[in-house]
Amino acid sequence: MDIQFTEEQELLRSSVQRLLRDRYDFDARRKIVASEEGWSRQQWQEFAELGLLAAPFSESVGGLGGGELSTMIIMHEFGRHLVVEPFVETIVLTGGLIERLGSEAQKQVLIPGIVDGTSIWALATTEKRSRFDLADVTTAARREGQDYVLSGEKAAVIGAPWADRLIVSARTSGHRHDRSGVSLFVVDRHAANLHLQSFRTIDGRRAAEISLNNVRGELLGGEGEGVAALEACRDRAIGALCAEMVGAIGELNDATLDYSKTRKQFGVTIGAFQVLQHRMVDMFIAHQEALSLMQHLNLSLGAGEAGISRLASGAKSKIGYAGKFVADQAVQIHGGMGMTDELNVGHYFKRISAINIQFGDPAYHVLRYAQLGAAA
Amino acid sequence: MELALSPEDAAFRDEVRAFIKDNYPAEMRVPNPETDLSKEQMLLWHRILHKKGWIAPLWPKEYGGPGWSITRRFVFEQETTRAGTMPPLAFSVTMVGPVIYTFGNEAQKKKFLPRILSGEDWWCQGYSEPGSGSDLATVRTKAVRDGDHYIVNGHKTWTTLAQHADWIFCLVRTDPAAKPQSGISFLLIDIKSPGVTVRPIITIDGSHEVNDVFLENVRVPVENLIGEENKGWTYAKFLLGNERTSMAGIGRSTRYIAKLKAIVKAEIPQDNPAHLEFIREIARVELDVLALEATELRVVAQMARGIDPGPAASLFKIRGTEIFQDITELTHRAIGNYGLAIRQHPGSANHFVPGPEYGHTASEKYLNSRKLSIYGGSNEIQRNIIAKAVLGL
Repeated sequence: MDIQFTEEQELLRSSVQRLLRDRYDFDARRKIVASEEGWSRQQWQEFAELGLLAAPFSESVGGLGGGELSTMIIMHEFGRHLVVEPFVETIVLTGGLIERLGSEAQKQVLIPGIVDGTSIWALATTEKRSRFDLADVTTAARREGQDYVLSGEKAAVIGAPWADRLIVSARTSGHRHDRSGVSLFVVDRHAANLHLQSFRTIDGRRAAEISLNNVRGELLGGEGEGVAALEACRDRAIGALCAEMVGAIGELNDATLDYSKTRKQFGVTIGAFQVLQHRMVDMFIAHQEALSLMQHLNLSLGAGEAGISRLASGAKSKIGYAGKFVADQAVQIHGGMGMTDELNVGHYFKRISAINIQFGDPAYHVLRYAQLGAAA
Repeated sequence: MELALSPEDAAFRDEVRAFIKDNYPAEMRVPNPETDLSKEQMLLWHRILHKKGWIAPLWPKEYGGPGWSITRRFVFEQETTRAGTMPPLAFSVTMVGPVIYTFGNEAQKKKFLPRILSGEDWWCQGYSEPGSGSDLATVRTKAVRDGDHYIVNGHKTWTTLAQHADWIFCLVRTDPAAKPQSGISFLLIDIKSPGVTVRPIITIDGSHEVNDVFLENVRVPVENLIGEENKGWTYAKFLLGNERTSMAGIGRSTRYIAKLKAIVKAEIPQDNPAHLEFIREIARVELDVLALEATELRVVAQMARGIDPGPAASLFKIRGTEIFQDITELTHRAIGNYGLAIRQHPGSANHFVPGPEYGHTASEKYLNSRKLSIYGGSNEIQRNIIAKAVLGL
């Protein structure tokens, strides 16, 4: 089941590879992360010029119609270079929601700014103790004339300090945990009464705690359709994050293998020790399986197959555990060097750790996979 | 689980417990003592223990030790770690001190031992080099005799807390022609000497614990050589043997499990399926601790009867570090989305950290504890030791 990529897809891959090789090596990335803003608008513009920001959108909204496979190709390369810019947040999550839920007017107004790189977005769904439950929402939206007014708090919103606008989940009816009664709203990040407390994340990004105190929001999609829409949106994000994880796994395996062939102790390269050979074989196998599952998931997403949510959870879990195993062992085999901020290995470790939190950890998703299977 | 104690030893345990309760400095109870305390703050407890005569449990009475039995030493360690007190600097008290009183001359004992006990001198360990990690016997730092001095050139690395140090004890090569183990000497170097440069290494948790130490034509008086020239490997091995049982870290693991339970209770309601999963994972790691603690108590009882565990003690390092890594990982997972956040070092009040306070150090602890299976002889090396020296493979 190896994907035969089209010529266009191969072209996309090689152009992303070239751009990142020239402009996004580890030193360049380090500078971006250490900068005041923590991301590079200039880099983002280059992604836009290359068409990456338009790639997955359908042609009817001004995209290139590449769908999930183009996202997979891009994110796999982003994973190899630890790109911090908010592609998942702006393109896959919020862009995807607008494309699927938005009115014609909303699509026409909002998507061009996303595609041309001028508008940055973030998705604000998580709350203090909601963990990974998209229906656990206490932030409230109240109708006021033509508009809605939102009040409540959102937690650990990745990319919010960078964003111009947010999509916020809020309750229009029902109680905490009710699946029905959650709706989605477009909110101006700079609105009065919207307060942000920013912080750095373990993987070098920025996130924020957000409090909303009667902030105007524009309904996206129908009232009460939020949870179903967010779940589908999460499935696509998982496809993207899995691709990123597989890219990171591949880099870690390459780096570890190289190191084991050059680092000498006891008169031999450490790769000569059988215990490390077997471990690196297991890392290789983990990569192979993760790569296959990543392709399988993204192909199925693209085909819009039934039961996709179960497969997404399965992949998030399996690839998550693979990433954790590889990251642990890559640090261990690099020894003290693997612990340093200077070497890239620890930064892949941290990105993998972060992906394993975003939208649910591997344990959460293996259970969800089991439960959706039992229900089927 | 408790060691069966005589009434006298039980009274001693109560005394230690009460002493900690009454005397441990509140100032040292910070979110992450290993990274958040200044040198002066770290030394507060050291000085209190010194005044009490309890600073160096391992040392013989004649050099300033308390003269405790093996049982009492163990009880003391158990009580201090369970209470979460910061242990006195191991490089000074547990490592170089015993080397000096065992292999040093009278002048060295007189000069260095009192200053170690009082906390006046801070020691760091110059063992590892960029090319010599697990394979320590290949150290390349050279010491060449020049009259009454050695001229030392080389590069030591992973030197813990060298930024605070007054002295560094170093393995140096004095006979380049000999076999690796037989050309090494054990040299005490004043870190303020001209030619010594300490450069920070920042680790993946953002903290500054370890350093590179560069030695460039450093003149070291010959009187700072421990024992005989080229016998340093013997002393180095002696020193590593002193670390053995404390590596199990039972007290620390027990404290962190208690903290993890409180976090799970606060974060994950019982009707959330993750609750059951965490209950099960915590129980598993508790059983790991129980089994290791039982093994430790068995070994301590044997040691009290004069039986040395020998190289089998490597199991304490292996399991102790694996268990603590598991606990920090579970804790990091327990705080959910706030696991994405990490404090900025140095732990300054200017940086906002989101989420409940009990989670603020979870990310840095999770990342920092990856070092445990690497340092002090990687867990792969510890397994080699057991394979070779215990199983005869």
